[in-house]
Amino acid sequence: MERKEVATLPSFSHFIQTLIETKSVFLKAMLLTIELTVVSILIGIVIGLFFALLKISKIKVLEFISDAYVYLVRGTPLIVQIFILYFGISGIFLLPDFWAASLALALHNGAYISEILRGSIQAVDKGQMEAGRSLGMTKVLTLRRVILPQAFRRALPPLGNQFIIGLKDSSLAAFISMNELFNVATTLGSNNFDEMTYLLIVAIYYLVLVALLTFVVNRFESKLAVSDR
Amino acid sequence: MDTKEMIKINQLNKSFGDLHVLKGIDMTVYESDVVCLIGASGSGKSTLLRCLNFLEKKDNGNIIIKGKEVDPNTDNLNKIREKVGMVFQHFNLFPHKTVLENIIEAPIMVKGVDKEEAISKAKQLLSKVGLEDKLDVYPNKLSGGQKQRVAIARALAMEPEIMLFDEPTSALDPELVGEVLATMKELAEEGMTMVVVTHEMDFAKEVADWIVYMHDGKIVERGNPEQFFSNPKEERTQEFLKTTILK
Repeated sequence: MERKEVATLPSFSHFIQTLIETKSVFLKAMLLTIELTVVSILIGIVIGLFFALLKISKIKVLEFISDAYVYLVRGTPLIVQIFILYFGISGIFLLPDFWAASLALALHNGAYISEILRGSIQAVDKGQMEAGRSLGMTKVLTLRRVILPQAFRRALPPLGNQFIIGLKDSSLAAFISMNELFNVATTLGSNNFDEMTYLLIVAIYYLVLVALLTFVVNRFESKLAVSDR
Repeated sequence: MDTKEMIKINQLNKSFGDLHVLKGIDMTVYESDVVCLIGASGSGKSTLLRCLNFLEKKDNGNIIIKGKEVDPNTDNLNKIREKVGMVFQHFNLFPHKTVLENIIEAPIMVKGVDKEEAISKAKQLLSKVGLEDKLDVYPNKLSGGQKQRVAIARALAMEPEIMLFDEPTSALDPELVGEVLATMKELAEEGMTMVVVTHEMDFAKEVADWIVYMHDGKIVERGNPEQFFSNPKEERTQEFLKTTILK
């Protein structure tokens, strides 16, 4: 059996020096990672809300469609979905790389987000819908004004978690040659025969991004929590 | 006394699966009447009340609101619900909205009332229920009694002609019951037509024009409070009153 080459840890000064030297390349890649993440999360929320509403519609056909979507997405690896959108759909109409990756990530995140939202909508007290209806509000109006704001608030912690997963999953776009963080790290690493240094550097970038994202979600959470104070 | 019929129901039936909850209910509520529905848990009184604003769908029978029969399949129930306010046992205030926002939500969104106007009306209603200082407070900062009074103000903001109360004091600590009943009594004195599901016999005795006693999905006895409490005709009623008064 062939032995894997053992990488040694870079010295601290070498690590810092490389970190500084490559900063402009990585910052550019980070921008792409952020774009992929934000676009795919935003579209994912729309998709997720749509399928969550189908699921709670109490209409059998719509429930089935929602179930089928969630099953297909959760039942296949993200990398397979990305390749299918990149190669498969490209055969029918050409999707730019960025949109193939973004859409694949959005469809993927959307399935998990729809499950999060469905749960949080159903967790809102039944009396809230009744109160809205008793005031002459329609079902849709009550949903929009009363149920969804409460459901979103409840969904924020698991949504934040899903956003972090989405951010890290965007690294898979490297496999369709998007020059995002992970791709830049592996490319530079192998060009310089110095993989470990670059992997450690890219880990730092992801950690910073996750910290920022967590901060934003927490801020949002405490802003929405005013009614608890 | 005015004898306009606000609610009339004929042979109302309702089942939940195999459970036959309402078995042919006939009832009429006249304008400015206060009707108290009493009876043991499971007797169908809450279901009857919920049928009156169509939160539960009847199986058969007629429901006539202000002289017009309502067909829940074709009529616009939202229009009817605007006229029929409801107060719930568990208040069901919107927790993400302040007291003021709770009250102005439906007038603005449903009736298209101007915001300034809705706010001034809401302030009026809040001072009526004695909570004018709670305008910008969120519901979770209120006591149960305060929440229920806000819920009453919220229902009144739609300017209903009929108010339904579904055990409005059952979820309250005993010392908070009085303030809610006082608000309801005031409303009754202003001539509001009210149907109240309650276990508060003293309130029923004092405020109701009619008592309706239900047992096992049927109306067993009805009468004015004096006759009903002092001289009930039916054996079932006598038994029920014995147990509740002892309690």
